[in-house]
Amino acid sequence: MGDGGGLLFAMALLPFLGALVPGLMIRAGRDACAAFTAIPTALALVMLLVLAPAVLRGEVIEARLEWLPQLGLSASFFLDGLGLLFAGMILGMGLLITLYARFYLSGEDPMGQFYTYLLLFQGAMLGIVVSDNILLLLIFWELTSLSSFLLIGYWKHLPEGRQGARMALAVTGAGGLAMIGGMLILGEIVGSYQLTDILASGDAIRASEWYMPALILILLGAFTKSAQFPFHFWLPHAMAAPTPVSAYLHSATMVKAGVFLLARLWPALSGTDAWFYLVTATGLVTMVLGASIALFKDDLKALLAYSTVSHLGLLTMLLGFGTRFAAIAAVFHIINHLTFKAALFMTAGIVDHETHTRDVKRLGGLAGAMPITFAIGGVAALSMAGIPLFNGFLSKEMMLEEAVHVGGLAVPLLATLGALLSVAYSFRFIAHVFLGPERDDYPSKPHDPPFGMWAAPGLLAFMVLLIGILPATTAGPLVAAAGGAVIGDAEMPYYSLKIWHGFNLPLLLSVVAVAGGAAVLLRHDRLERRWRETPRPEAKAIFDRLVAEAVRWTRTITEYAHDGAISRYLAILVGASVALGLVAWWGGGVGPRTRDPLPIPTAVVAGWLALLVATAATVLSHRRRFRALVLVGVVGLMISGGFVYLSAPDLALTQISVETVTIMLLLLALHFLPKETPVESDRALRLRDGAVALSAGIAVAALAYVFLLRDVDVISDYHLANSYEGGGGTNVVNVILVDFRGYDTYGEIIVLGIAGLIIYALMEALLHGPAARRLRDTDYAHDRSRDRHPLMMVVATRAMMPIAIMVGLYIFLRGHNEPGGGFVAGLVISIALLMQYMASGFAWTQSRQRIEYHAMIGWGVVIAGLTGAGAWLAGQPFLTSAYTYVHLPPLEEFELATAMLFDLGVFLTVLGAVMLMLYSLSRIARYAGETVNVEPMDYDPTNRVNGLRRDG
Amino acid sequence: MEFVVASSVGVLTAAGVYLMLRLRAFPVILGLALLSYAVNVFLFASGRLAIDAPPVLSPYGDASYTDPLPQALVLTAIVISFGMTAVLVMVALGAYFESDTDRIDVDAPAGEAEGEDTPG
Repeated sequence: MGDGGGLLFAMALLPFLGALVPGLMIRAGRDACAAFTAIPTALALVMLLVLAPAVLRGEVIEARLEWLPQLGLSASFFLDGLGLLFAGMILGMGLLITLYARFYLSGEDPMGQFYTYLLLFQGAMLGIVVSDNILLLLIFWELTSLSSFLLIGYWKHLPEGRQGARMALAVTGAGGLAMIGGMLILGEIVGSYQLTDILASGDAIRASEWYMPALILILLGAFTKSAQFPFHFWLPHAMAAPTPVSAYLHSATMVKAGVFLLARLWPALSGTDAWFYLVTATGLVTMVLGASIALFKDDLKALLAYSTVSHLGLLTMLLGFGTRFAAIAAVFHIINHLTFKAALFMTAGIVDHETHTRDVKRLGGLAGAMPITFAIGGVAALSMAGIPLFNGFLSKEMMLEEAVHVGGLAVPLLATLGALLSVAYSFRFIAHVFLGPERDDYPSKPHDPPFGMWAAPGLLAFMVLLIGILPATTAGPLVAAAGGAVIGDAEMPYYSLKIWHGFNLPLLLSVVAVAGGAAVLLRHDRLERRWRETPRPEAKAIFDRLVAEAVRWTRTITEYAHDGAISRYLAILVGASVALGLVAWWGGGVGPRTRDPLPIPTAVVAGWLALLVATAATVLSHRRRFRALVLVGVVGLMISGGFVYLSAPDLALTQISVETVTIMLLLLALHFLPKETPVESDRALRLRDGAVALSAGIAVAALAYVFLLRDVDVISDYHLANSYEGGGGTNVVNVILVDFRGYDTYGEIIVLGIAGLIIYALMEALLHGPAARRLRDTDYAHDRSRDRHPLMMVVATRAMMPIAIMVGLYIFLRGHNEPGGGFVAGLVISIALLMQYMASGFAWTQSRQRIEYHAMIGWGVVIAGLTGAGAWLAGQPFLTSAYTYVHLPPLEEFELATAMLFDLGVFLTVLGAVMLMLYSLSRIARYAGETVNVEPMDYDPTNRVNGLRRDG
Repeated sequence: MEFVVASSVGVLTAAGVYLMLRLRAFPVILGLALLSYAVNVFLFASGRLAIDAPPVLSPYGDASYTDPLPQALVLTAIVISFGMTAVLVMVALGAYFESDTDRIDVDAPAGEAEGEDTPG
């Protein structure tokens, strides 16, 4: 990171950090809120100014932080002349808009929200212009679309605001998607996603066969963002936003993002015929079309919106020319357009704010009542018209000169026509709003706004004059730096920023444009009538129809594919998986067999047959649910046996205890469910399902058989070698669980804990819904045994309880070195507790223990997490275990390891989750009218003995 | 032995899939249980089969050990599939209480079906 790199980072991040503040500061009042918005902006601006001299000298400031180097994504920023120009515009305008919005927004508007959105947008926009990585740029690009969506729809109560926001998001978002594709192609061509690398390899890019797709996709992104024809329609609808937003996003910054991108990638992409025709033509059409629509708009903001569209077209056209002089002219016009257009938007906002209307037809003659506003608006509008002494004149002359240079007849003619229309609507803005007789039917009596409100546009109007009169001194260095950055390594063309270039063709064209514009305005009434009579396609109607059509299509497809038949989805899923497997089989083939099959002893054959029979019987008798459940238990048992035989004692222990718990849970659930499954599927459906199931079974069996007889490279040698040395345990499976892959286990116990809590939450929701009523009304009494808590069972489980707990503890303690561990121990102890519940009833047992199961899950996760974090204290990574051996005389030497603490966490979570699940089910049983017994068993012989004693 | 394991996995898969395609919640849950057995055994077998070689380090010199990693992964998978089954059971119970049927498929809304039949 070179000089100023840190500062650049801070500048890029400041708006995002600052965005958190206004939402809170609104409690301190509107002024404080605005001030706290201005502070990060002002700070960032100061940082920019500190960096500016170096950039103006031609240096490039860089800052780089690797983010995802595997993807070529890095958080790298760079600041050159172009970045400086845009960053200055974004931050400077941001400051002025903050001030203006403070006075513009009314007391009812949530101001904190507004400023937060504004800073978010500002950060995103700043990110675009200083990103050195195009992936990062894309992220910021999308962020501007999202934050502008929030800003346009800020007045949520206005349907136009919501619709405009949606349209803007749809259009710019779609363009953004196209641009992602284009940028990725660009990155692939160059082999780097760094903008500096891309700009340096323009020749390679233009020579690539992928140039055209990349160009078209990137242009789509730029054109949608900068509202170029035929995507221009979203911008006027975005004018439903509050005026500060329109001034900031839709004239000064966001809509220039597309132009910025064209300028940024100018060295890499321009200079081909495709670039010239696509970009110039689009710009030219947009310029003329936007200007002509603007002329006939009565809404002040719509007029300005279309004039912005037109000026963006002008910029696009200039960049499309592909000449160095045109690029410089474009940069200069960006500055000029920013100053006069933002001032005009703010003027329009002031007029709207004071007179309560923006309709040109209801305005006029405001010059007397609002002299300051008139002066500001007049200066800005004259600049927009391109009158000498105002800055718009200078860049317009440069534009006309270059249009003449390009040659042909169409380009200079259309460019002059655009300029002419521009003059017409600018004059109209002055004449129809401020000049003419003063009226007496304004919706509100107009007067100039407070200083705070006209300060920002006033400053901009002052800049318009300053640049217009002394262009070389004021804007010269910035234009040189930014223009130099746009054209890259190429030599700077000769240009001079001055008012008087002598009598030449551009000046003549300018005179024609001004005279023609004035003439058009004089005939405005007649032209307007004819304009209204001409049928034109209405963009919004087309857009709405497109959206409606798209919604209809997706709905049809969704309803067809997602018709609620879950068994159909599953059949398709299974079928597709088998088909994919077959494709892989055909495509890849299998290698030769490298392992000999192991022998099959008789006992295994017996177990295998039991498993096959039990599985088949489960399927055949699945309609009788109890029987099927018992048969599933048999299957689980056989699998545990298989694990024992195949050297997996830990799995066998886990499987058998999970099996027990699962069967108990399903038995409890079955209590409430129908006991039989009715015949619903016909023969054809059963055949289809059978075929799907059979194909899946054969495929999986074949796959398993093939890979079991082939060797692969495994990574387990490492685990076996380091289990004792590194993890301090000889049971490698347990060491993997609590040490090597402890992070996995940590995640898994959290999942299990969440499952337990989900069940609890579902139960709570159920018992507060209509289900509770149904439960209370259903009579389950006929299912109940008359001897629910039999003496034998109560006594047996009481006797077994301590033994079971001992076994659980033993399994837990030995887990690190012998088969066992937290998972199994947790399950064994749950079974011990479950037995008590089954014998004496849940409520009776529950009242005799004081542990909260939710807390137990929480403690388990906390203990496991803290054990892992404890490794940090020793300067080790998360979950590194430590161990030692202890020798207490009467006992054997035993081991104390932090892994055991972790296992304790596992144990507690498993126990808590299992018990919470059971607790939830039994709560439902209580709701269903299950009575609570006060005695541990239904018939207690000791009662009789005591009774006899008392009697005797 | 390999054939025994492979065929067991296949049979369990087939049975699991068939039950999963039934129309009521309870057989579906049983089917998922069978399918999780199949998947667990399949994953476990990816460490290849070995007899008398549990991955518990022996203090008596060289012994052969089977691959411990699939075992560790399957161990947690068994516990997680229990959690999943439990959640499913609860969802099925809830659906049954709320709708009074444990069918898993959503029937086509009655209005739509009738609407298609009525002329005009």
